[in-house]
Amino acid sequence: MLTIATGNKAVAAAVKAAKPGVIAAYPITPQTEIVEQIAEYVTSGDLATQYVPVESEHSAMAACIGASAAGVRTFTATSSHGLLYMHEMVHWAAGARLPIVMANVNRALGPGWNVWAEHSDAFSQRDTGWLQVFVSTVQEAYDATLMAFRIAEHEDVLLPVMVNLDGFTLSHITQSLEAVDPGDFIPPVRVPHAIDVENPCVYGPLTGPTEYYKFRWDMERSMRDAVGVIADVEREFAERFGRQYGVTEDYRCEDAEVIIVAVGTLGKEAEVAVDLLREEGIAAGSMRLRWFRPFPKLDFGGRDVVVIDRDYSFGFGGVVAHSIRSTTGAEPYSVIAGLGGQEVTYGDIAGFVRTRQPGAEFWFGVNGNV
Amino acid sequence: MTAIPKEEYLLKCTSACAGCSSSLCLRYVTKAAGPDTVLVVPACCTSVIQGIYPNTAMDIPVYNIAFAAAAACASGMSNAFRALERDTNVIVYAGDGGTVDIGIQALSGAFERGTDFLYICYDNEAYGNTGMQRSGATPLGARTTTTPGGKPTPKKDLDRIVEAHNPPYMATACSAYPLDLYKKVKKALSIEGPKFIHILAPCPPGWRYSSEKTVEMGKLAVKTGSWVLYERENGALTINGPSKAAMKKPLPLEDYIRGQGRFKGITPEALEEMRRQIQMTNARLSREAEGIC
Repeated sequence: MLTIATGNKAVAAAVKAAKPGVIAAYPITPQTEIVEQIAEYVTSGDLATQYVPVESEHSAMAACIGASAAGVRTFTATSSHGLLYMHEMVHWAAGARLPIVMANVNRALGPGWNVWAEHSDAFSQRDTGWLQVFVSTVQEAYDATLMAFRIAEHEDVLLPVMVNLDGFTLSHITQSLEAVDPGDFIPPVRVPHAIDVENPCVYGPLTGPTEYYKFRWDMERSMRDAVGVIADVEREFAERFGRQYGVTEDYRCEDAEVIIVAVGTLGKEAEVAVDLLREEGIAAGSMRLRWFRPFPKLDFGGRDVVVIDRDYSFGFGGVVAHSIRSTTGAEPYSVIAGLGGQEVTYGDIAGFVRTRQPGAEFWFGVNGNV
Repeated sequence: MTAIPKEEYLLKCTSACAGCSSSLCLRYVTKAAGPDTVLVVPACCTSVIQGIYPNTAMDIPVYNIAFAAAAACASGMSNAFRALERDTNVIVYAGDGGTVDIGIQALSGAFERGTDFLYICYDNEAYGNTGMQRSGATPLGARTTTTPGGKPTPKKDLDRIVEAHNPPYMATACSAYPLDLYKKVKKALSIEGPKFIHILAPCPPGWRYSSEKTVEMGKLAVKTGSWVLYERENGALTINGPSKAAMKKPLPLEDYIRGQGRFKGITPEALEEMRRQIQMTNARLSREAEGIC
C-alpha cells in the first residue's frame, strides 16, 4: 500500500507489521512521533501488544530486556540523551543476547541544548555489542526496521539491532512509503534461551574470567556471522518486496576517482553532489555507509576518499574517518560537518571534494568555507 | 497451621554468610511462590548467595539485572507473560540499596503503571555485599564504612513512599517471623496488580552481632517497636499480632540497640531521637489501625 509518511511514522508502521509482544518506551524529541503513533495503533486496536509506558529510558531498555528474556518480540525507540541514559542497559541487552530492536532518532547531545541531527549519540554506543544500521529515506526507515527483527532474531545473531535515522531531516520529513504485508518474512520469534520455569536457569550471575571471556568471544563471533545474515535477509527482502540494499549504497563508484563516504541523509545528499561534480568533469562517486556495526570491509582501490563525519571523537577525530583509515589503509580527507543540525547542502559537499587534501581534517563552518 | 511445602527452591551450599537472615527469607518466599516463578534480582547480597556460574543454588529461574533496573525489568517480563497468556509469578527480590536508593524510580514507575508483580525489599539497612556502606535505609546513628561516626540522618520511610502509590497489597515482615512472611507472600501472589513486602533482615557482619543471634535480633526489633509488622490491603491497615503486643508493652529500645556493634558509641541525643521516631511511627500506625486518623 502506497502512502505518504514521515520517517518516524514509517518506523512505527514497520513495528506494527512485525507485531512485537511488548513495546516499552519513553518519549523524547525528535523520536516522540514513533511512540505516539504506536500508542495510537494500540488504542485503536490496530496493534495487539503490551505497550508499557515507562518512566525513563533506562527503564525502557530494562523492560525490553525483561520481556525479551521471557521470549517475546520487543521494540523501543529513543534519541540522544535518552539513548545515553539507557547506556547501561544497552550494554546489558547485548550481553544477555536479546534480539531487541530499537529505533534511534539521531540527535546532538547537550550542552548546549540541541535537538537537531548528529550521530554522536549512536556512535557513543558503538562498543555495546549492538548492530547498527543508518538509513536515509522514509522507505528505507521502514524496510530496515522490518529487516532488523529478522536479523536480530536470527539464531546465528541473537544480538540487538539499532535502526538510526537522522532527527528532523528524516524523522519529520514526508516521502512516499510502500508498506508491505511481511507474511512469513517475519516468523514468530524464538528466543532459544528464553526463561523456562520447567528448566530453571540463572541468567547473568557472577561469572569468573574464563567463562566471561568465552561469552565475549561468542558475541564477537555472532557479530562476524551477522555479516552473512544481513546479506541473506536483505537478499530475501529484495526478492519478496523488490527493494535492494547493502552494507553500503554505492552511487557512480565504478569509474570514480574520488569517493565520498557519509552516513544517513548526508549520504543521500552526497549523491546529488556527485552529479554536480560529474558535470564539472570531476569523476566522483558516493558510498553511503549503511551498516556501522558490524563495520564492513571496504575497498577504495587507491582512490581518493572524502569522509563526512556528523560526529566527533574529541582528542581523536571523526569516527567514520578513523574507522575507514584503520580498516582500509586509506588516508581520507576528513570533513566534520552537520554537527547539531548544521545545514550541509550538496553544493557544500561538492566543495569538500574540489578542495580535498588527503589526510587532512576540516571542520566545515569553523575552518572557513561555510 | 499453614502447611509449608517441603520442596526447596533455595538449595544447599549457597554463598551466604553464616546467620544470613535474608537467605532464610528467600527460602520461605520461594516456598510460598512455588516453581512457576521467576525472581528478578538486582545487584545485592542475593546476587552473591545464588552462587557463581555455571553453578547455582536456585531451583527456579533467576534473572539478574542491573542495580537500578529491577522493577522495570520485572514490568517488561510481567507484560511479556501476559502477552504469552502465562500466569508465572514475577517477583523482584531486591536489597534496600537497590530499592530505597538507586532503584526507587523504577519501583515508583512500575507501581504507577499497575504492573502485576510482587516487589520484595529485604532490608539489612546497608549495602551488604560490598562491605556495609550506608544506604538510605540505614538508621540514624548506625555506623557503616561510609558513616564511621554514625549516620547523621534517619532511615528513609520507604513504606510511606510505596503506600502513596496505593497498591492493592503491601506488608512488612521480619526474618524472625518466617511463617508470617510465608503467609504474606501467599496472599500477595493471590492478588492482581503491584504488591510490595518490606522485610527487615538483620545481618550479622553488618550489624556486628554474632551469627547465632540472628533470630533473636529480629524478634527484638519487633518487640521494641523498632520494626512494626503490618499489612495494608486496599489501603486498610492491620497490625499483626507480635506488633500489637509490642505496641501495648514494648521492650526498652536499649535491648535492641545494645547487642549491635554498629550502634556502639551512639550519642544519647541520637538514641533519644530514634526513640521519638519509633513512638511517632507506632502512634501513627495504631491510630490508623483503629480508624482514628
